[in-house]
Amino acid sequence: MSAIRFRVLPRPHEQAQRDIRQRQWNKALFVTLFLLPGMALLFLFVLMPIAQSVYYSLFNWNGFGPPTKFIAFDNYERLLNDKIFQGALWHSFILMALSLVVQLPMALGLALLVGRGSLRGKKFFRTMLFVPYVFSEVITAIIWRYVLSPNDGALLNAVLGAIIPNFQPIGWLADRNIVMFVLFAVLTWKYFGFYMILYMAGLQAIPADLEDAARVDGSTEAQVLRFITLPMLGSTIRLTVMLSVLGSFQQFVLAWVLTNEGGPVNSSQLMATYLYKFGITNLKLGYGSAVAVVFFSITFIFSLGYQRMVMSRDFGPRRS
Amino acid sequence: MFKSSRLVMIVALVALLSLSIGAAVAQDKVEIDWWHIATQEDQAAYWQSLADAYMEANPNVAVNITILENAAFKQRLTTVMQAGDPPDLFQSWGGAVLWEYAANGLVRNIAPELEGDWRDSFAAQAALNLFGQEDETYGVPVSWGAVGMFYNKALFEQAGVEIPTTWAEFLTAVQTFKDAGITPIALGEGEKWPGHFWWVYLATQLGGEEAFLKAYSREGAFTDEPFVQAGEYLKELVDMEPFQEGFLGTTHPESEGVFGNGEAAMMLMGQWAPAAQAQYSEDGEGIGDDLGWFPFPAVEGGKGNPDDVFGGGDGFAVGANAPDEAVDFLKFLTNEESQRGSAFFLVPVVKNTADVFADDPVMQSILAARDAAPYFQMYYDQFLPPAVGSAVNDAVETIFAGVATPEEAAQAIEDSAAAELAQ
Repeated sequence: MSAIRFRVLPRPHEQAQRDIRQRQWNKALFVTLFLLPGMALLFLFVLMPIAQSVYYSLFNWNGFGPPTKFIAFDNYERLLNDKIFQGALWHSFILMALSLVVQLPMALGLALLVGRGSLRGKKFFRTMLFVPYVFSEVITAIIWRYVLSPNDGALLNAVLGAIIPNFQPIGWLADRNIVMFVLFAVLTWKYFGFYMILYMAGLQAIPADLEDAARVDGSTEAQVLRFITLPMLGSTIRLTVMLSVLGSFQQFVLAWVLTNEGGPVNSSQLMATYLYKFGITNLKLGYGSAVAVVFFSITFIFSLGYQRMVMSRDFGPRRS
Repeated sequence: MFKSSRLVMIVALVALLSLSIGAAVAQDKVEIDWWHIATQEDQAAYWQSLADAYMEANPNVAVNITILENAAFKQRLTTVMQAGDPPDLFQSWGGAVLWEYAANGLVRNIAPELEGDWRDSFAAQAALNLFGQEDETYGVPVSWGAVGMFYNKALFEQAGVEIPTTWAEFLTAVQTFKDAGITPIALGEGEKWPGHFWWVYLATQLGGEEAFLKAYSREGAFTDEPFVQAGEYLKELVDMEPFQEGFLGTTHPESEGVFGNGEAAMMLMGQWAPAAQAQYSEDGEGIGDDLGWFPFPAVEGGKGNPDDVFGGGDGFAVGANAPDEAVDFLKFLTNEESQRGSAFFLVPVVKNTADVFADDPVMQSILAARDAAPYFQMYYDQFLPPAVGSAVNDAVETIFAGVATPEEAAQAIEDSAAAELAQ
């Protein structure tokens, strides 16, 4: 009888290590292959153009042929000393501030009114208030050019003339002191519907029980709003603030068409219209790139900081 | 059932076959890519008919037309120029923009082909000169007009105003209209270029060819006396508030509407105004027979010749890689017959064509002024590099808005010119 011999397979330490490494390698390959297309697109269409803009911004370049006239930071120096650029920056900040102070609270108020209140015909109002957002920006601008025109019979001046005795028609888009506010009014008309819808969606997500419970405990409506509704709407508000700030900075089409390239005399020039007018249409692509780099830095720093510091609590698992 | 599907298949096969034959034939042809900006149907149809006629006479040539709207054309042309791949024939306004293409080797010198009969056939020689530099030529004009004062005869009669021939008379006329409660001048300053007409005309009257070419060649400057003076004369006019309400925000079509509705007495505009004032008026008719034209009033004591004319027109430039056939086709486009046929939307530039406007006194006076001009001042914003052109428009706008002095406006133009024209 021969002894049964078991053959114990040697499984030395190295072999195990190799297996683990093999598995890790496979996983890495797997991940890389899946990421590759996305990374390639990101590199090609986002990172490369940014790097190119930075490179071009160091040249005096009209866009024909490769850039050859290297001028280091002259474009930036010119830019920062340019009164029109400073004005454009300031106008963009005004738009941003007005959006935050006027546009968003107005959208929130209307969302509370037509989103949940007991207003009659709120469905009708909801639709009507959202309609402007559906129009394209160019169409909006052209319609408003007719409304604001100083010529005989244009809507706004005609209406004001009917209400106010001895009313002199106003060139709404021709007055350097008011054109920015007119632009803001049109932008608000166009965009508050969008924020209103976002707020209404946020309101839907708040359980009615919570507010009812507070009411049962004797809270006034103002207290319910202040201590329940607004805090529960926090993530939506934080999101709309970010969209609004970036939107005002990037505003181009409506402003360009409505005010004729930021006129009169650059009094409604914004960051994006400045970039287009002085960079692209003037065929100064090096200078335009410098504007783009400054423009990009501002929005990038803002959105990164805002997401890190303010919106971080809206991402991922709650840490509290 | 079976039969019909077989029939379909046969038809499809035949179609496929004929397509591939067509493609094979096309490959042997010389192709000419032609970009023009005549988007209106009858105008586009006219260019197409010329291309068809040429292709019939020259079966070895295929003309491929691309029609683009003005702004879209400029954008796309910029893109293909940056890629170094210009079309064979394309819309051009001549001047420094074209010269810049030439400096970058993007257009073809057609001077050898042009020499002789073809060159001599042009009535508007001053216009032809703008399509080349020194001994080289890169294209030819097909239409050339002039900027001048369009006026409403009925309003002139109503206010009892005679046609002003000098700047002083002109200012008096403006005041008379104001006193009569009539808006003297329609202006679309929202687009800036209509306002630059005023300043440039004054500068041309005050300094003439010499001052402009000196400033352009950098022997002089845009801060020289005529340019500052032009701003001062203009400011004097602006201070009288002669324009319609809100003119700083008015677009060009809107201002044509103001004039076409008979709401303003005058408008300084180019040869397209008769059509435009009708098109943009409320009834679509414009002011009809009340429309008249007179040259820009002469500025007393100016160094320019009072007959100098300001304006511009359209032409076609030849791309660097264009085949010889493209040049021949361009010659065909500018022969007397083609030019006559185009008179319904262009102002012919070759000899023996003036009679096409026999029953249009306004166009006749424009042509007379154009052909008699000793010097033709082209639009600054077309002639100068884009950045300087837009600096001129922006600076002149500051005078209209009353936010800068004539000196400051001239300085702003000079700053841009110094940076862009330095080489």
